[in-house]
Amino acid sequence: MSDFAQHLINGVAAGTIYALVALGYTMVYGVLKLINFAHGDVMMVGTFLGYGVAQELGVERQSTLWGVLLIFLAAMAGCAILGFVIERFAYRPLRDKPRLTALITAIGISFTLSYGFQLDFGPLPGAAPRAFPEVIAPREWLIVGDRSVVIWNWQVISLAIAIALMLALQGLVYRTRFGRAMRAVSFDHRTAALMGIPVDRIIALTFMLGSALAAGAGILYAIKDTAIQPLMGLYVGLKAFVAAVIGGIGNVPGAVVGGLLLGLVEEFVVGYSSSSWRDAVAFGFLILVLLVRPGGLFGRVAAEKV
Amino acid sequence: MRSVLAAVLTGCVLALIGCEKKASAPPPPPSPSPGGATAAAGDTPWVSGDTILIGEIGSLTGSEATFGISTRNAIELALKEVNAAGGVKGKKIDIRVYDDQSKPEEAANAATRLINQDQVLLILGEVASTNSIAMANKAQPARVPMISNASTNPKVTEIGDYIFRVCFIDPFQGYVMAKFAHDNLKFTRVAVLRDLGSDYSQGLADVFERKFTEMGGKIVARETYTKGSTDFRSQLTAIKRSQPDGIYIPGYYTDIGVIARQARELGINAKLMGGDGWDSSKLFELGGAAVEGSYFSNHYSADDPNPRIQKFIADYKAAYGSVPDALAALGYDAAMVAVDAIKRAPNFDRASVRNAIAQTKNFPGVTGMINLDDKRNATKPAVVLEVGKGKTKYVATIAP
Repeated sequence: MSDFAQHLINGVAAGTIYALVALGYTMVYGVLKLINFAHGDVMMVGTFLGYGVAQELGVERQSTLWGVLLIFLAAMAGCAILGFVIERFAYRPLRDKPRLTALITAIGISFTLSYGFQLDFGPLPGAAPRAFPEVIAPREWLIVGDRSVVIWNWQVISLAIAIALMLALQGLVYRTRFGRAMRAVSFDHRTAALMGIPVDRIIALTFMLGSALAAGAGILYAIKDTAIQPLMGLYVGLKAFVAAVIGGIGNVPGAVVGGLLLGLVEEFVVGYSSSSWRDAVAFGFLILVLLVRPGGLFGRVAAEKV
Repeated sequence: MRSVLAAVLTGCVLALIGCEKKASAPPPPPSPSPGGATAAAGDTPWVSGDTILIGEIGSLTGSEATFGISTRNAIELALKEVNAAGGVKGKKIDIRVYDDQSKPEEAANAATRLINQDQVLLILGEVASTNSIAMANKAQPARVPMISNASTNPKVTEIGDYIFRVCFIDPFQGYVMAKFAHDNLKFTRVAVLRDLGSDYSQGLADVFERKFTEMGGKIVARETYTKGSTDFRSQLTAIKRSQPDGIYIPGYYTDIGVIARQARELGINAKLMGGDGWDSSKLFELGGAAVEGSYFSNHYSADDPNPRIQKFIADYKAAYGSVPDALAALGYDAAMVAVDAIKRAPNFDRASVRNAIAQTKNFPGVTGMINLDDKRNATKPAVVLEVGKGKTKYVATIAP
């Protein structure tokens, strides 16, 4: 029983990260109908930016609250700029080309980042994995029995951040002028432009927001799993993409639910059978969900009124 | 106007391509006869003027990059020493190094390139058994001698009579740790966590499980993980339930640090044990306090007072600024065994060099006396090291 509880906690912690990365996927897809395969790699860049800032601040084991905030903000700001650059120079010129062209470009950007970061010169990190400092001092928040179930402060903090961000995004999309513009662009960007909506600016802002989210998710990921290396984004990115599709790509709460579900499914598969089944079951689960609900759990098939 | 310009430009480009092609097309190389009967003295394209060309393949980028980089450094050091001392038979040794990005398919491509394009005398590398096997499958049919520096899976040299190694093999390493856990640590219950995708990890884990059970111990949990994942909490939670004295994790340092941290985080206090894949200065950074007190088997210990070893450590430190890990020591030995064989071979023919490598007996390497047996594996003792704060401590030597 205590096993089950611990698996549940582990699964939610893993799912939280998928959920956060999936939020960025979903936002960009919602607006552009582009699967931004470079999203996981933007997350990787974010963790390395955070790592660099932590080194600069001399953070070894734990940091002050301001230090943590600075690490998060610097990484998120850096990735927002990266997201802007990628959108401006890689995706915008292809916006009116067939969708496949942009997709291939996204894969290209993904490889450029993940392999470029393995080069070992200048500020680039090189291929070897490194340990992200424990910027949030780990504390046990709940211990059941003889340490049979353990919850850590950062697990709770990550989950709280994921849910807060989900609510904030939901509010942004449905309750602000920017959100209304986003939905209009998503619905039909040519007509939106005719209505006086600055389509380029909206898309650029969406990308920056998505990339900043990825950086935040990356730092939380690094706090959870310590080792960071240039290829980490490929794996997490793929899983988060699956999570976004399970939840219904383009749907904000769907991304969070999809992420948590995927984390839990994986955890229980590994915990009670074998790790070799992890990916098979994760992708099998995806197929199952899509068979029953082709639009994903929260996906809508009906046209949206703007 | 534009179309005229375009036509002119296209013409120029085409002409350029044409020229380029003509200029760079090499005369068709005399295809090396696959039969291996290359007895003619002049038929050795790897010897040109006063240099002999050999090749190396390593993981210079990718997940196991520190292995490849320390191997390359040590081979470079070895060849620098050899060339400074006048080379071999009056010829300098030149090396061509390719990166396989820690991937077997890239290792196979690089091997093909070294064999067909660069036409090297012999090939050194790799560390990961999966990559060495991919290379050996190219080297053996082409009859190119290959010396793996640190691949410990038995399958590597089983591929054919041109494939050698200067390290011991997995059954021995699994046996060493089983014996150490049973005799020295007095463990009776051990859990095993292995990397499913790695021939190396599978080999060590299989032998450990068998030997430890034979000695009277009990394997209380068998768990697996796959490369690329960084969350091992589900497996560790399952292991925790079985209450082991120790956990045997024959993986690579990239995963061990993270596994150790997560094990401690879940409240597991069992000792962790592993193999030579743990050996990297990165282990301390990634594992921190969580890996301290763990044990792993290895090829050599930097604490060894033997002057041959201490000289190597001093030279390596002077050149690269860090203490060489076991992979560096093995890379150095692989290069030196190759050089020694080229010296002893009657000519520069690949077949004669192969025979010379096969006859390596009592070669004084940094990692101990190297004897190649009739299966082309090195037989030598292993050491067990304890992980401390930022360094390892020698604990025991276990003989075959």
